[in-house]
Amino acid sequence: MEKQKNVHNKIVCTDIGKTFIQKGTQQVHVLEKISLEVHDNEFLVILGPGQCGKSTLLRIIAGLETPTEGQAFLDGKLITGPGPDRGLVFQSYMLFAWRTVMGNVEMGPKLNGLPKKECREIAKHYIDLVGLQGFEKHYPHQLSGGMKQRVGIARAYANKPQVMLLDEPFGQLDAQTRLFMEKETERIWQTEKRTVVFVTNNIDEALILGDRIATMTGKLPGKMGPVYKVDFERPREPTDMEFLKLRHQITEASELVL
Amino acid sequence: MAYEEVKVQTPLYLKILPVLSICAFFGSWEFIVKTGIVPSTMLAAPSEVIKLFIVKLTDPNPDGAVLSQHAWISLKEAGIGYLLSLLVGLPLGLTMGWFTTVRGLFRPVFELIRPIPPIAWIPLCIFWFGIGLWGKVFIIWIAGIVPCVINAWVGVGMTNPTLIQMARTYGASDWQIFTKICVPSALPMVFGALQIALAYCWTNLVGAELLAADQGLGFLISMGRRLALPQMVVLGMVTVGIGGAVIGVLIDAVEKRLLAGIRR
Repeated sequence: MEKQKNVHNKIVCTDIGKTFIQKGTQQVHVLEKISLEVHDNEFLVILGPGQCGKSTLLRIIAGLETPTEGQAFLDGKLITGPGPDRGLVFQSYMLFAWRTVMGNVEMGPKLNGLPKKECREIAKHYIDLVGLQGFEKHYPHQLSGGMKQRVGIARAYANKPQVMLLDEPFGQLDAQTRLFMEKETERIWQTEKRTVVFVTNNIDEALILGDRIATMTGKLPGKMGPVYKVDFERPREPTDMEFLKLRHQITEASELVL
Repeated sequence: MAYEEVKVQTPLYLKILPVLSICAFFGSWEFIVKTGIVPSTMLAAPSEVIKLFIVKLTDPNPDGAVLSQHAWISLKEAGIGYLLSLLVGLPLGLTMGWFTTVRGLFRPVFELIRPIPPIAWIPLCIFWFGIGLWGKVFIIWIAGIVPCVINAWVGVGMTNPTLIQMARTYGASDWQIFTKICVPSALPMVFGALQIALAYCWTNLVGAELLAADQGLGFLISMGRRLALPQMVVLGMVTVGIGGAVIGVLIDAVEKRLLAGIRR
């Protein structure tokens, strides 16, 4: 039944609720009645303050958590666990410290059993795409934060996922590097379109990157707020008139203090 | 941006301090023996030990072998026992850390054997192997295998769970996750095990030789006691100490090379 209804949507979440049980008895209600649709090749930003359950929602879509209520679908199929169709990028980079940049990016194709030469070619392509050519033989600890996250993005892309899930990927970067990485992300996404779900607590980041912005309300349990369509031209500048207008509209409507 | 490692110069006084402490140690030792504060029947002065050292380089009397032969026997026993304990202990510990079946099978026996001091096996070893090489190898093997298993196991357990989940999203099998994620993650702990196991092996070697041997550094020490030659006892002890230190430095160097890519 669901299959018929959601043909145009890549990801559909229906009334998702999540309750964690801590220390055996204490219940933490994290998500309540979350419904969300992500269109094919769309850049969707989930915007919400810290501790509102947005990462948990992303982990549910990734298949790393199971919802206690509701369901999440990818291409009309129920999500029951992680899979190569979804690529993950984490705030804390999560690189393989014992492997070079090349080794990190190659990992996915290798685990998929592709021949060595092909793995190398795929990895090289995405290392170039994220602008890390010349750093193939460096180890993660020799790279700056921004470069580490480029590796993270290249690694996720190399696995050829249909959906990219990014969990506050630039949260650890300084403001300047962050802005630069946002531009880069836009460029990479426009070069190789994927459906993207991007979680952030930064409203400017959301406005620069998103086709649509789904807001979540603060305080647990997290609920879905209004969804905004960002339909002005890319690349966007935080000083554009439309940018500021929508920014104002979003901050007015939510308790986001930014 | 990427950076190159920079070597920091050690200040001169920090280079001199270790030399000073060694000199002070041996100097005061020589002093208390030579002045008779400690009678020479109880402790040998460093100069006596050096004298005996020079003699023992060529003279097999009175204990039946020259120093290098004792050292070689000990090294051989320790080396074989150590390698065997790595060969068995590390794979066992690593697989115990990841595969619940292996853990279920081996953990009870391991926990049972672990608290028994290796030296306690000596009588059984004498029954089984006599006083030759393999009895001591067995003791050393028992001594070395415990830290190998524990460290490897703990190392695998410390693997970042998100990395494992991510490998799963790549479609990796259990075995692939084990070899490509868990084992590399455990490497620093495994190298810790190499050091600890070596220390265990070397100490227990001397213990084993004290009781059941006809050659080796431990045997040299116990002969020194039987012949009432304190300088021979000390010579044996010092050789054991230097041997252990040298092997430790070698392992450290190997570790640094192999782990060059991983910041610790």
